[in-house]
Amino acid sequence: MADQLLVSTRKGLFSARRKGGSWELEAVSFLGDNVTLSMIDPRDGAWYAALDHGHFGAKLHRSRDRGATWQEVGVPAYPTPPEGHLEKDFLGREIPWRLIRFWSLAPGLASQPGLLWAGTVPGGLFWSEDCGDSWHLVEALWHMPERRKWAGGGADAPGIHSICVDPRDGNRVVVAVSSGGVWHTSDLGQTWSAHTEGMRADYAPPELVSAPESQDPHRMVQCHGAPDSWWIQHHNGIFRSTDDAMSWTEIVDVKPSVFGFPVVVHPKDPDTAWFIPAIKDERRIPAEGQVVVNRTRDGGRTFETLRRGLPQAWAYDLIYRHALDLDASGECLAFGSTTGSVWISENQGDDWSTLAEHLPPVHAVCFA
Amino acid sequence: MPSVAFTRNLQRHVACPPCVVAGGTVRESLEAAFGLYPQVRSYVLDEHGALRFHMAVYVDGVPIADRRGLSDPVPDSGEIYVMQALSGG
Repeated sequence: MADQLLVSTRKGLFSARRKGGSWELEAVSFLGDNVTLSMIDPRDGAWYAALDHGHFGAKLHRSRDRGATWQEVGVPAYPTPPEGHLEKDFLGREIPWRLIRFWSLAPGLASQPGLLWAGTVPGGLFWSEDCGDSWHLVEALWHMPERRKWAGGGADAPGIHSICVDPRDGNRVVVAVSSGGVWHTSDLGQTWSAHTEGMRADYAPPELVSAPESQDPHRMVQCHGAPDSWWIQHHNGIFRSTDDAMSWTEIVDVKPSVFGFPVVVHPKDPDTAWFIPAIKDERRIPAEGQVVVNRTRDGGRTFETLRRGLPQAWAYDLIYRHALDLDASGECLAFGSTTGSVWISENQGDDWSTLAEHLPPVHAVCFA
Repeated sequence: MPSVAFTRNLQRHVACPPCVVAGGTVRESLEAAFGLYPQVRSYVLDEHGALRFHMAVYVDGVPIADRRGLSDPVPDSGEIYVMQALSGG
């Protein structure tokens, strides 16, 4: 079971450890700064923290001593647009060719030491072969004509928030875009194709409801032990794939809601996944003021609503897409909220304990 | 020679004490300062060399006009001040 948790917040990166059977906060890095995302690389134990300094831009820091010291490393750079080029999304809003924010970080496979992937706003995918010291744009995806149909979803500009590296073949990568669909490459990024059959986007004009670029996956995960199985928490609901993300089946009639942002899947059991529902897109709060977690153990046919240890009155915590994590054992879950609470379960969500109640707004959590 | 001073908010992240540099334009002067403090560049300029949206540069108390090319002239004893543009409340 995991013994380390990183909590990325609006005002710093907090770390918690499991000691004597309970979890405790033990340290903070970058106190006062906006840490939007963190990652622990299972290959070498390095920690990564993405910061958004606002005035000073997005930065990336790496620690090789579990947060005792940090080194600022490289950040992705967008290409210089052609002279006079002004890119706009299909709604006529400018899409700048410059790094706004890291929105996802993913390590390559154990057979690809040093390889990292980064998804960014506005819609760039970058790779590094030196643990983040330098970055390269995945040119084919950026220059793909269909990318121009992507639009802002979770941010003003489109962004890549989920990067799944196929555990069977590190050249196969699938990314999810908010909003812009799900895109596959089998050749390490040289060619890309969209696969969103079965998804629907009720918020889009009727003729675009099924268009790949209309789809707004909020978060996408792949089961490592059964890598043909995938889950997506979509703006429009919950979708599942059992054919390696080639087509998707909508899961309906989930109480209290099919709306939400995060999803995690058990590392070995593809039928077991967790979601954190909010009422719906125009009311992004828990139903009835009760924080709950939904778990399916049968591939989405049924769900249990888990609430033991979670606040069940006057609670309006929203959980962002990267703010729920599951450890490698599949037993330990943690999530953090926009109102600064963090909860941990060591029995797959049956029971929850409170790690913190007064942290800054939580962007993301990750286990070591 | 022009002097360059950076906001204290920036010095919280990277060391960049005031310096005196050679340069006839804002670009030349800042490039000389970045030669002393290479890490500061990406905090002040974006990846295309333009001034970040929420940053401001003053020369002798006057905001520069060319935020992209940084071509504004700097007098021989000019004072360049790099600060945050106020945003939010």
